[in-house]
Amino acid sequence: MTFVLSEDQQMIRDTAMAFARDELPVTQLRDLRDSGANGHDPASRTKLAELGFFGVLVPEEYDGVGMGMVAMGQIMEAQGRTLAATPLLQTAVLGASVLTMGGSEALKSEWLPKIASGEVSVAVAVDEGTHHAPLNIATEAERNGQGYTLNGAKRFVSDGHHADVFIIAARTFGEAGQAHGISLFLVPNDANGLTVQALNTVDSHGAAHLHLEDVAVAEDRVIGAVDAGWEVLEPALDRGRIALAAEALGSSQAMFDMTLEYMQTRKQFGQLIGSFQAMQHRAAKMFTELEMTRSCVAAALSGVDEQRNDIAELASLTKAKAAELVHLVSNETVQFHGGIGMTDAHDSGLYMKRARVQEALLGGTTYHRDRYAKLNGF
Amino acid sequence: MAFDAPEELDGFRTEVREWLEANCPPSMRTPMKDDEVVWGGKREQFKNPESKVWLERMGEKGWTAPEWPAELGGGGLSKAQAKVLQQEMRRIKARPALFSFGLWMFGPALLEFGNDEQKARFIPDIVKGKTRWCQGYSEPGAGSDLADLQTKCEDKGDHWLINGQKVWTSYADQADWIFCLVRTDRSVKHEGISFLVFDMESEGVEARPIKLISGSSPFCETFFTDVKVPKDQLVGKLNAGWTIAKRLLQFERSSISAGGFGGTGGSGILSPQEYAKHHVGVDEAGRIADGDMRARIAEHLMYSKAFNLTVQRTTEEAKAGQEVGHTASILKYGAAKLNQDKCELIVEALGTDGLGWDGDGFAEDAKKATRSWLRSKGNSIEGGTSEINLNVIAKRVLGLREHQ
Repeated sequence: MTFVLSEDQQMIRDTAMAFARDELPVTQLRDLRDSGANGHDPASRTKLAELGFFGVLVPEEYDGVGMGMVAMGQIMEAQGRTLAATPLLQTAVLGASVLTMGGSEALKSEWLPKIASGEVSVAVAVDEGTHHAPLNIATEAERNGQGYTLNGAKRFVSDGHHADVFIIAARTFGEAGQAHGISLFLVPNDANGLTVQALNTVDSHGAAHLHLEDVAVAEDRVIGAVDAGWEVLEPALDRGRIALAAEALGSSQAMFDMTLEYMQTRKQFGQLIGSFQAMQHRAAKMFTELEMTRSCVAAALSGVDEQRNDIAELASLTKAKAAELVHLVSNETVQFHGGIGMTDAHDSGLYMKRARVQEALLGGTTYHRDRYAKLNGF
Repeated sequence: MAFDAPEELDGFRTEVREWLEANCPPSMRTPMKDDEVVWGGKREQFKNPESKVWLERMGEKGWTAPEWPAELGGGGLSKAQAKVLQQEMRRIKARPALFSFGLWMFGPALLEFGNDEQKARFIPDIVKGKTRWCQGYSEPGAGSDLADLQTKCEDKGDHWLINGQKVWTSYADQADWIFCLVRTDRSVKHEGISFLVFDMESEGVEARPIKLISGSSPFCETFFTDVKVPKDQLVGKLNAGWTIAKRLLQFERSSISAGGFGGTGGSGILSPQEYAKHHVGVDEAGRIADGDMRARIAEHLMYSKAFNLTVQRTTEEAKAGQEVGHTASILKYGAAKLNQDKCELIVEALGTDGLGWDGDGFAEDAKKATRSWLRSKGNSIEGGTSEINLNVIAKRVLGLREHQ
């Protein structure tokens, strides 16, 4: 594992940080919310595409830049700092990973260049219940003459309300809870029988429920082997978890910086509130957690690029630590800011709302603690 | 810093590998036993005779202190070479030849603050493990507020005269020499402290072991009554000892967090999850039957992993020349929590088997775990309490100010 960035990676980090600060500040999310855009921001998507951010994980032969997860993580961390609503997690990480790892040559040639250029946005739809449980797939894919017919529903698909195409995990064999029998299907958003129900979510990024009623999918739109979609889905989800952890780390760092600054300016009883030991110790503990999570994120990102065999463990470690961190820091940020932290005009509320979504998506602390225990044999 | 071409490092690796093959005795390639740890000094018994051979050979090469200057008996290796040595030792599972406060704390400080004569006098014997050092820092009235220390040091013309008391002096009853903070000026606090070294066999020095809640202890109370110390044994300038003291504490905190913790258990104690599986039982899927305990053990293991990754990251960033100066306190704080949590989980998982004290009826490893749990309570007290560490993080790292 490497913890120090290469020159190229540092460059992409600097670019991403500057871009988030200048082009996608928190006020951008506020504007999107207040204008009712529900996290849909085509203009920013175009700019992200111009920077090449959608192609970071796409191999060069498919018009991507193939820089890997460490680079992608820097971008995710940057967007976390300003709560930017972008399709990067779903399109550039999950979508690109599923297609790269599982797609046929024809699917890769058709879709990966479009992902890399930002022309197409993707949403990978897995969960059907209120808690992340990727094996609990009941949506049915029934074999017919030319392909498959999908029936079922997906809940709280992030970016689902503005994705151009979906990758839908459905069951071709067995029953909910089993890994064998899951298959992955590429479905455009205008497919007959597919209803996209946009959701107004607490973080103002939006999401969608999907309802599938006799949606027909051609044979050549199956990604990976039939019944063996899990072999592609699980490693892709792990990349998504690590990327989302990087985003949560960025949000945590931004909140912590904001809180630290407030501690050094706000006075009560004639004293800076940052001089009170009761607050200093809590800040120091947050800082310790922040640094430890940063180590996990860095290790997991580079672990993917080095193709280590303990990615599942690293992903669960990192997602759990990041979820714990962002939970703690968001609560403390509101508390440290006192009354002003409770107002809509202040950013701490926006961070706290996004924090809970970052925690829940792709599995929260309890899910990953359980998985970590299983992976460690107890 | 010397530049190492890759091919030269490869050559060095071959050399190290051959030397270790020829010189590391067979029993020194087995896991360390609690009673075979070598601390050196005049009283060292070398329970395993091969540990004496191993120390002599390593000391001769200077490889107990790989990066210290060769002219002072150290290994004279570059950082990269020292890493190669470490990797090669790890490869054959070689035990460290020497555990030593001289190597971990006093030596690094002396190299930075001592004069040439002092370095030549003390460093070679630290490298070879001939002198065992102890640390005279805490006093009954100066714990967390260390700078309030009162041990009196008077200038008597041709010598210093020491009167006072130290406490929590680790291994004072086994050490040959002490490095000691003394008060040379009562009118000021930090600026009235000096750093002295002297022989523990000097007249007027008495060390009494302290018994801890765990039943035993490496700690002593140490009394000084009219102890005469030669003038040339002052390290650094008069009244400038606090700077050295602080620097040395950094070395101490790094060495504690790098694994030299009291109460880490020693050999034979299993992991919390192993004890839980055995004593609490497992369900049909092989998971610990008590879901709450299982979750807390997993949480602890993740903290442990995150901590280790942070140690790794800090090391790598330091090598790349990045600023990591204040991470020692973060690591010390984390290491204390980590070890205490682990000990608590083990005792909890053992149930009543973890509540034995001595005699028959309790397994040896379980009794050891119980003692380790008690000993671990000191982890957040010794070498700077966790509260002091949090203060240090808040002030030095986060830049938060003192209360006015």
